Amino acid sequence: MAKIKDVAKYVKSKNAGPFWTTLEIYCETFEDYRIISQSKHLTKETVARLYDTDAEAVKMFYLENLKVVKISYPRKKPQGHKYERDMHSGQQYVLIANVEI
Amino acid sequence: MKSCKVLMPIGALGGGINPVSFENGMNMKPDVIAIDGGSTDSGPAYLATGASKYSRAMLKHDLEIAVIGGIKANIPVLVGSCSTCGTDSTVDLCAEIVVEIMAEQGLKGKVAKVYSQQSPDLVKQKWDDGKIKPLGGAPDITRETFDDCDNIVALMGSEPFIEAINQGADVVLCGRTTDTAIMAAVPLMMGCDPAAAWHGAKIAECGSQCTDGAGGDGVFLIVDEEGFYVKPLQEGVHCTPYTVSAHLMYENADPFKLVEPSGVIMAGDATYEQVDDVTVYVTGTKFEHTRQYSMKLEGARASGHQAITLVGIADELVLKDPDTWMNNLVNHVDQYVKQTGIPETDYSYDIRAYGYNGVVNWPKDYDYPMPREIGVMLTVTAKTEEIAIQITKTFNPFLLHFPADFKKQLPSFAFAFSPSHVYKGQTYEFMLNHIVEIDDPLELVKFEYIDVK
Repeated sequence: MAKIKDVAKYVKSKNAGPFWTTLEIYCETFEDYRIISQSKHLTKETVARLYDTDAEAVKMFYLENLKVVKISYPRKKPQGHKYERDMHSGQQYVLIANVEI
Repeated sequence: MKSCKVLMPIGALGGGINPVSFENGMNMKPDVIAIDGGSTDSGPAYLATGASKYSRAMLKHDLEIAVIGGIKANIPVLVGSCSTCGTDSTVDLCAEIVVEIMAEQGLKGKVAKVYSQQSPDLVKQKWDDGKIKPLGGAPDITRETFDDCDNIVALMGSEPFIEAINQGADVVLCGRTTDTAIMAAVPLMMGCDPAAAWHGAKIAECGSQCTDGAGGDGVFLIVDEEGFYVKPLQEGVHCTPYTVSAHLMYENADPFKLVEPSGVIMAGDATYEQVDDVTVYVTGTKFEHTRQYSMKLEGARASGHQAITLVGIADELVLKDPDTWMNNLVNHVDQYVKQTGIPETDYSYDIRAYGYNGVVNWPKDYDYPMPREIGVMLTVTAKTEEIAIQITKTFNPFLLHFPADFKKQLPSFAFAFSPSHVYKGQTYEFMLNHIVEIDDPLELVKFEYIDVK
């Protein structure tokens, strides 16, 4: 089964302030965007499970003009927390990129 | 039609302004030079210690180009969030450098120092008055949290820049501001469309990140009464409707709405039009003034002493199942740590394996190829340096020899250093994600002026 990373042009993650992480899934074509944005597996619950956060707090945005699905979630440990692993959240995209659509 | 030209020579002060790009910008006759100097992106240590992330030499490099250019052209130079965290100490650092440059260059002018660091007592008063509210994802705090912070800053809007310019300042060095307030200030002052000023400022605040170039350079903004134009400073680089609209998402949790002290930028209906090879014109943004002015608060503190030990492992018995090895090791050593008699509230530790689960919290069932090597890092956080080091020492013989299989020969894993531990100083944490409601945008702001003659 295809994964998000196989269909998307690229996927990235970044901190949005010290307490949130934001993920962006960029698509090359509207068809690819449609496949990803309509996937039953790309849900707030999936995000909550992967990133150990509260599904109700997850925000999902569908930016059709840009062919981007953007997802923001409150991070489990804030930026700089004593056992936080990824200061700029720049590597966290890998988990969402590996979700099967 | 009213219009205002803003030169943003770089995304962050201290990143190294390109003199050629700067000259390209100056040739377009800007009304102001605006530079963002800070962010919380590099973590809480800078705010907690009031330190700059950038070297003094690089700050001087960039300030020299901007200040000489601005004063000679008789246009204001605005710097927001001076040197990373925008505490009073970092405003003073930038001011010291600017005065030094002006003396060296024989330049005259008025330098404004604009402070927005807050005393815990004042913030506690606001708390008692019910003026402090949490933002989404905010940590739970109490009245005492403000005393726990080593430094607290309030993010200023455009008003303090405008006030300093009205007082005749040639160079305005502000403590913590919103990223956008710096670029929006002069367009707002000159009567341009507020929605275009704020949206344009957001697009421009990271410099050339809104272009198809690699970043690290600057952009030029022209705000008028209906929209804004944005174009790169560097030759061979382009702004396109795609690069400009996509940049609105950058580092924002919400791509359509951006909250500023005086209102909310609503960019959902904006239209982006390519007007020449390199320039995009943006219209249709809305700015909703909020009835209540508010400033975001940031606070950080030192939260313990840390020591780390890193050990390299190529042993295939460990690599087959690093989780089990690390769990067994921790369970085994924890009994010895407890026997040291150090109160459990005075320390904690974490172990992770770079090359396996160093940076991402992989699902249990994730199928992965066996790595060639892993670097197992023990991080100890403790009340004192001595406790942190003692706990890494308690772990030392086990990080060196703990077998994956007790029936086999005793392994020795690879320390790179002697001593094997590193005391890495204090660790720091962000404490606040809150706003304070105020009636006057300048209430929590202090101004000082230096006349350089």
